[in-house]
Amino acid sequence: MAEVRLTGITKTFGATVALDDVTMTVPDGSFVVLLGPTGAGKTTLLRMVSGLDTPDRGGVQIDGRDMAGLTPAQRNVAMVFQQYSLYPHLTVRQNLEFPLKSPILKTPQPEIDRKVGQIAEVLQISHKLDNKATALSGGEMQRVSIGRALVRNPAVFLMDEPLSSLDAKLRADLRIELKSIQAERGATLLYVTHDQIEAMTMATHVGVLDRGKLVQFGSPREIYENPVSIYAASRLGQPRINVLPADVFGGAPARAVSIGLRPEMIVQGEGEESFVQRVEHLGDQTRLHLRFRSHDIVTVTDAHTELKSGDILRIRPHNPFYFDASGARLA
Amino acid sequence: MSYSVTEPSKPQKWIAGLLVAAYGIITILPLLWIISTSFKSQNDAIAYPPEVFSEFTLGGYVNLFTTQTRQSAEALEANPPETWYDEIVHERGMAIVGPSRFGERFMNSVIIGFGSTFLSVFLGTLAAYAFSRFRIPLKDDLLFFILSTRMMPPIAVAIPIFLMFRGLGLSDTHAGMILLYTAVNLSLSVWLLKGFIDEIPREYEEAALIDGYTRFQAFYKVVLPQAATGIASTAIFCLIFAWNEYAFAVLLTSGNAQTAPPFIPTIIGVTGQDWPAVAAGATIFLVPVMVFTILLRKHLLRGITFGAVRK
Repeated sequence: MAEVRLTGITKTFGATVALDDVTMTVPDGSFVVLLGPTGAGKTTLLRMVSGLDTPDRGGVQIDGRDMAGLTPAQRNVAMVFQQYSLYPHLTVRQNLEFPLKSPILKTPQPEIDRKVGQIAEVLQISHKLDNKATALSGGEMQRVSIGRALVRNPAVFLMDEPLSSLDAKLRADLRIELKSIQAERGATLLYVTHDQIEAMTMATHVGVLDRGKLVQFGSPREIYENPVSIYAASRLGQPRINVLPADVFGGAPARAVSIGLRPEMIVQGEGEESFVQRVEHLGDQTRLHLRFRSHDIVTVTDAHTELKSGDILRIRPHNPFYFDASGARLA
Repeated sequence: MSYSVTEPSKPQKWIAGLLVAAYGIITILPLLWIISTSFKSQNDAIAYPPEVFSEFTLGGYVNLFTTQTRQSAEALEANPPETWYDEIVHERGMAIVGPSRFGERFMNSVIIGFGSTFLSVFLGTLAAYAFSRFRIPLKDDLLFFILSTRMMPPIAVAIPIFLMFRGLGLSDTHAGMILLYTAVNLSLSVWLLKGFIDEIPREYEEAALIDGYTRFQAFYKVVLPQAATGIASTAIFCLIFAWNEYAFAVLLTSGNAQTAPPFIPTIIGVTGQDWPAVAAGATIFLVPVMVFTILLRKHLLRGITFGAVRK
């Protein structure tokens, strides 16, 4: 396992800037999640580390070694693709053996058998080992795909939305599985997703990407509690942070243009009147859709609330975030 | 426009079936006629009105593979026939003096046809892979240029090629014919295979690169098996062209490297054109292409929708 260090990585495809001067250190043994919407450069960043693409400027170091000019095979990285790209002409077992049989590893057969058996056990695909890869369900294919990375012992695991195609139950199971495998092995993992639950539950560090720029890097908690901008604040939190003009409540600092309110920053039952538009009972919590001076606010309330649509609810901000005209956070 | 997805009705199925059957009969009839002619005697073959069912004989095949001379009655008496083919010849007052040239010509066809097919597909696959996967300067122009070699009938450049072959000492050589047919087939092969390789998602190779393989190993272990369908169909097209090619073969070969197509029409018996022997030559000539196509049919029909990448 190893530390991954990115320095000033820039990559353009024609006129679009995919990555813009990204500098980041993935500490040894950490689980780093890259967050951002489609097109933010998350996948491109993984490809830079893997060696499938090379940066226009900047460099990648893995375990202190400069990776410039090295092929993916020489970098000793394992990658799980977003589209489960199993080799369709091979069986599940052959797919899992493929990296172990590479000219670089040349693993002896007894060890291959042991490792494949072990991983198949963990991913619950032992009974499918001799099936053709194409004869699997989507969830099974993706588990094999993850298994193909896990049979190895690479310097770093790269995963590109590996769980996005799975159903909710399997996703929850594999989340726990991945996290425990990573913790057990002390593996370094660079993981791309736009699912914030995956980010919050698995990450030791989160990197927030915005149109090719790394705007914030820190622990999930740090980013949740101390975001640098509206953009970073919007990445984490369910329901999303409410962003309103700063002057709808009094007491905003001088340069503030927007106020950001997470549900826990809205005190209910005191302050100014808002109108309850809709009440959504989700079981463990209840969401309130409020109308406040022609602005919409979504917040959370007690699961067994008596409130119903049409009611009036008093609200007051408590330690909110303030942002300036560019969307940057005001300290 | 709208498409119906309902099952066709019974009369519709009957009409479709009859049309297909009629088309099938029209295309296969000349073939059946050639095959039946190959089993007729020389007189029956040119009888008018034509005889559909006539006496069965292997005389045409024996004539195709042997050379014969007329014998005096005493000589025939002195040498009774020893085998069934001796007997057929004997009855006509002839004796076999040796094999004909057909065997050699047929082998020339096999060497040149399969040799050029192998080269066309081999070079075509490498070129198509490069065009499909790498950023090549002037790629579109190059592809158009490759295709443009097909924009006139190949025979239009017969004279320059004839002179070139003479200058290079390639006339009437196997290597020359293999080279020529490969050159003609290569554009088809590159274009067909590029289409097939474009369909194979890059993720497979990228996964292999990361799994510790080199670019060439990834090509060999991951791309090739999946391009099998395309390679098989391309090989069939290339073989059919090289196998049936007549004009260049007439022009550029005369003895050593002559293929079967220019040879078969020249089969002349003692009493003029020997039609059963010509028909027998054509029938035997059909067999390799048919066997090759049937062997590769499995790959042709396997379909292209078997990938495991979610699109």
